[in-house]
This record gives sequence, structure tokens and C-alpha cells, in this order.
Amino acid sequence: MHIPDGYLSPATLVFMFLLVLPFWFTGIRRLRQTLNARSAPLIALLAAFSFVIMMFNIPIPGGTTAHVTGAALAAVILGPEAATIAISTALIIQAFFFGDGGILALGANCFNMAVIVPQFSSAIYRRFANNTPIDSPKRLTGAAIGAWTGITLAAFFAGLEFGIQPLLFKSPDGSPLYAPYPLSVSIPAMVIPHALIASVAEALLTVLVIAYLRRSNPAMLESAGKPGNIGELSETGKFRTLWVAMLVLAAVSPLGLLAPGTAWGEWGTDELAKMGLKAIPEGIARLSGIWGAPLQGYNLPALGNSNLGYILSALVGVLVVSVVAWLFTRIMTIGSKP
Amino acid sequence: MKLKKHNVLEHVIRDISSALERSIFAEKISARPGLLQSLDARVKFVCTMALLIAVNLSHNLIVIAAVYLVVLALACSSRIPAVDFILRVWLFLPFFTGVLIIPALFLTPGPPLASLPLGLVVTRTGMTTGLFLLLRVSTSVSLTLLLVLTTPWNTVLRALHIMRVPDVFILTLGMTYRYIYLLLRIANDMFLSRKSRVVGRLSGVEQRHIIASAGTTLLSRSLNMSSEVYLAMKSRGFHGHVVTLNLFKMQKRDWIWGGLLLSLSVAAIILGR
Repeated sequence: MHIPDGYLSPATLVFMFLLVLPFWFTGIRRLRQTLNARSAPLIALLAAFSFVIMMFNIPIPGGTTAHVTGAALAAVILGPEAATIAISTALIIQAFFFGDGGILALGANCFNMAVIVPQFSSAIYRRFANNTPIDSPKRLTGAAIGAWTGITLAAFFAGLEFGIQPLLFKSPDGSPLYAPYPLSVSIPAMVIPHALIASVAEALLTVLVIAYLRRSNPAMLESAGKPGNIGELSETGKFRTLWVAMLVLAAVSPLGLLAPGTAWGEWGTDELAKMGLKAIPEGIARLSGIWGAPLQGYNLPALGNSNLGYILSALVGVLVVSVVAWLFTRIMTIGSKP
Repeated sequence: MKLKKHNVLEHVIRDISSALERSIFAEKISARPGLLQSLDARVKFVCTMALLIAVNLSHNLIVIAAVYLVVLALACSSRIPAVDFILRVWLFLPFFTGVLIIPALFLTPGPPLASLPLGLVVTRTGMTTGLFLLLRVSTSVSLTLLLVLTTPWNTVLRALHIMRVPDVFILTLGMTYRYIYLLLRIANDMFLSRKSRVVGRLSGVEQRHIIASAGTTLLSRSLNMSSEVYLAMKSRGFHGHVVTLNLFKMQKRDWIWGGLLLSLSVAAIILGR
């Protein structure tokens, strides 16, 4: 899932950096506040750990093996903020030193792997672990579902980033300038193999390590999410904030990607400028109108604008995945004390 | 005949060794007397970023190809073995980019360029798209490789100062890099010692348990080590403020080469529009 340079347009890359920045900023600030001088060695060792664990191949039932990111595990043990910083650090070193993933694409890679995965994995895990004893099987279920959902969603976002390129950036003869496949190809191509292999591997590793930790080092799990007792929000409060943030993000990301796209197009050829300037107000108007429409309103060909259709289907996709994950978590945690 | 089963232990050991091998290669090259090795790290960093941006902004294939040729020339004058440098980039490309490009040749709608057997038609737009992706990715990867091969990591880190990256973050990156090697060695030792005790074939379940226990041990050791490192730093007077030596000094040749490469980037951006 490490996106190299050259696949995404500079406008998308800048936008992805802007998306990650607040997560980096709050992550570092919270670690500095609560850990102060202790934060540098802790993050360094954890980043080194996540770098090394990315080399672990785990055999998954069926005969194949897959690499893991360790992001879900880090999120369960350290909490999402510390995990974001640790995984980002590992990704930065991978990009610069090992050429895994591009330097300009760091924003996108960090968003997919160091923000999406930890945020979702830890939120789902905590939802399950909520007030349960350390040896409760619910914790393992939560860790598995969290890891699986986190990686699958990260793949989904990577597919979204790829798929949006041919809509926005074309040469005058119509050939796509960056990643060439539309959302209808890029999203299934990213999500299906990850959901079947990589996410399963991640879930397996996370569950197994947590099962080992329960026996060998339960104290570490007890203080999970609080390296050095980071002060934090209440569990449910945190969960709710996350979902609100994700919904806003889901709604904003296609629009946000559209806006800088046209700005760059304007800067390029006249043709693109015409296309872009026309598309924006229309797009916003239609998107804002859609919310009140009944479900039939989502009938994409009826919109007549294929670009808008793609972006809308992406938006609907994010919403559907989020709602399914939420419902599933909800059903599985019925009966646990709030 | 039975299919060869995946041996996870060997797999991980091989990956770890190749990471160590790559970094040793980089260290060896960065110690050679060459053009880029002699330049100030800040200049190299800024120029690499500028060229990367130019390559990614360019809407013109010839401009990207020209930048790639410049990168090759720079690699040669920095005493990087040319064949090695080219192969490193192009051998790894087919796995990621090739898989992506080949279907795009046929699937991108546009005027036909060539017909292949089985009714496959390569379109002109598909070809253009494929070339863009191939050249852009290979040039970007080569640029990154060039920076890494000619600059010791610690110097790259110090160069980050000019980007106003906070000191604490640079310190953390430096420490991470240092401890990656320690943890890689620990992991390597764990897997080697386990492998040397294994007779016969391991089942999938057994392999998973080995990987998970290794992961758990590594995690526990990392966390313990972070406390030890912190105490060691504290006992030597560290209280959160980072002091770094800034040994950079711009010389005439740094200005000249920096100016040259930056104007090349600007030219590439303008010509590539």
C-alpha cells in the first residue's frame, strides 16, 4: 500500500499533506505534553519496532503469506495518537532510505496507514474492550475486527486517491496523466485483495500478539493506549468524535480533491480551465442538493455528469463502509456496559 | 509432486538481511569521492525536492525523460555503478508499475495504435498514459535513490533543519534509524535461532505462533528499551532540549551546483506545462 511518487498528482499530494498535518500536530503535542523528554526515545523505539514488524510475513490460512503494517497493533497498545507518530516516522524512513513509497507521496501514505488504520483499529478495539476484564474474548474480537477494518479502509482510501486522478488530470488528447484507472476499477482493485489477504494477516498478527501479551505482560494491555498515562477523552466520547470527524472527512474529501484539481488545471491548459471552472459550482450545487433527495437520487447515470457520478459513488462508498463498520461494532457490543 | 510450502522463517530472515545489505551498500557509496557526495546536504535535499516536484508536475514526456538523463549523468559522476543504479530502479518497477500499466494500454479508451493477437488493441491514449507513469515513477525513484546513496543518513537529517522541522522530530528520526538496526539484528537472531532448532516442516498454525511470539517479544523489548534509553539520556543531563552541531558550510561549488539544478527544475516546470 506504499504509494510511490508519480501515481498521484501534486495537487492531491498537497491536499493529503494538509489532511495529515493536524493529526501529526495533535499527536506530537499530546505526547510532548504528557511525556515531555520521554517521548523522543519512546517514539523512536516504537517507530523502529513498526519498521521491523513491516518485514514480518505472516502465513494466512489458504497457503499464502502477507506483510503486516503493525499499525493496528501499535494503535491498540499505544493509542491512536502515539501510533500515528510512530508509524509516520517509520514511513518517513522507509520513503527516504529504502525507497518504499514516494517522498512527495508521504502525506498520502501517512494518511492511509498512519491515520486511518490506527484511528479505526483503536476505536473499534476500545469499543469492544470497554470495561471488560483483560482476559475477555471480546478484546480479541475487537482487535481482529479493528485491524481488519483499519487496513481495508486504508486500502479503500488508497483506491479513492488513485481513482480520482483520471477524472481530474488529463492531457489535452484525453490520456490520463497520473494513475489511469477510474474509481470503478481502482477501489475494487485495492479493497478486494486487501480485504481477503492483507487485512486478514493484520488481524491475525494483532490478535495473536495481544493473546501473547495477555499471558506474558498483562500490565502492558492494562495501560493500553496510555503510554506514560496520556490524558484522554472518555471512551465513548472519543468514539463519537471519531465518527463525526470521519463523516465530515468523507463528505469533504472528494470536494477538496476537486477544488485544487481545477486550480492546477487552470494553471495549465485553457481546456482544463474551462472544464474545471464549469465543474466546480455545478458539483457543489448538486452535491448539496443530493442530501435531501431520496435514495433513487443516487442513480448515478441520471446525473449526466460522469465525473460527478464517480465522486458521488466514492462518497457513498465511504459512507456505506463507515455505516457498516459502525453497525457491526454496535451489534457486537450490545450488552456491554456503556 | 507437492507444492513447496512457504517457509516464513526463511522469508523473514531474507527480508531482514536484504534491508541490512541495502543500507551497507548505501553507506559504501556515500563514502566514495564523487560529485554529489562532495556537495552540501542541504543543497542536495532542496534540489532533489525541486526536481521531484518538477517531474511530478510535468505534462510533457520529453521533459521527464530529460530529467531522467540528467539524473543518470549525476549518478555516473558520483561514482555510483551505472548498471547497478539502473537495474535497482527498473527491476523493482515491473512489480508495482508494470502490473498497473499493462492493462491500461488496452483499457484506456482512445484511437487504436497497434493491434495484437487475441483481439487486443493498444490505444494511443493508453500508450501515453503508460509512458507517463513509467517515466515519472522511474525518475522519481531514481532521484530519491540518488539522494540516499550519496548522503549519509545523519547528514540528511541535519539538512531537515532548513525545512524548519522541529529539533525533537529530527532527534527522534535519528534515534529511530539507529534502533532499527538494533531491532533488525534482534529479530534476525530470534528467527535464526528458531530456524536452527526446527526439524521438518512447520504447519501454518505453528508458523503464525512463531511470528506472533517474535512480534510480542520485540514489542516488549522495544518498550523496555525505550525506558532504559530515556534513563540513560536523563542521567547524562537530557531534559527535552535538543542541541545539534551545525557543521554545514556553503562553498562556492555548492552555490554553483545548487543554482544549476534549481534552474533545471524551474526550466522543467515551465517547459513541462
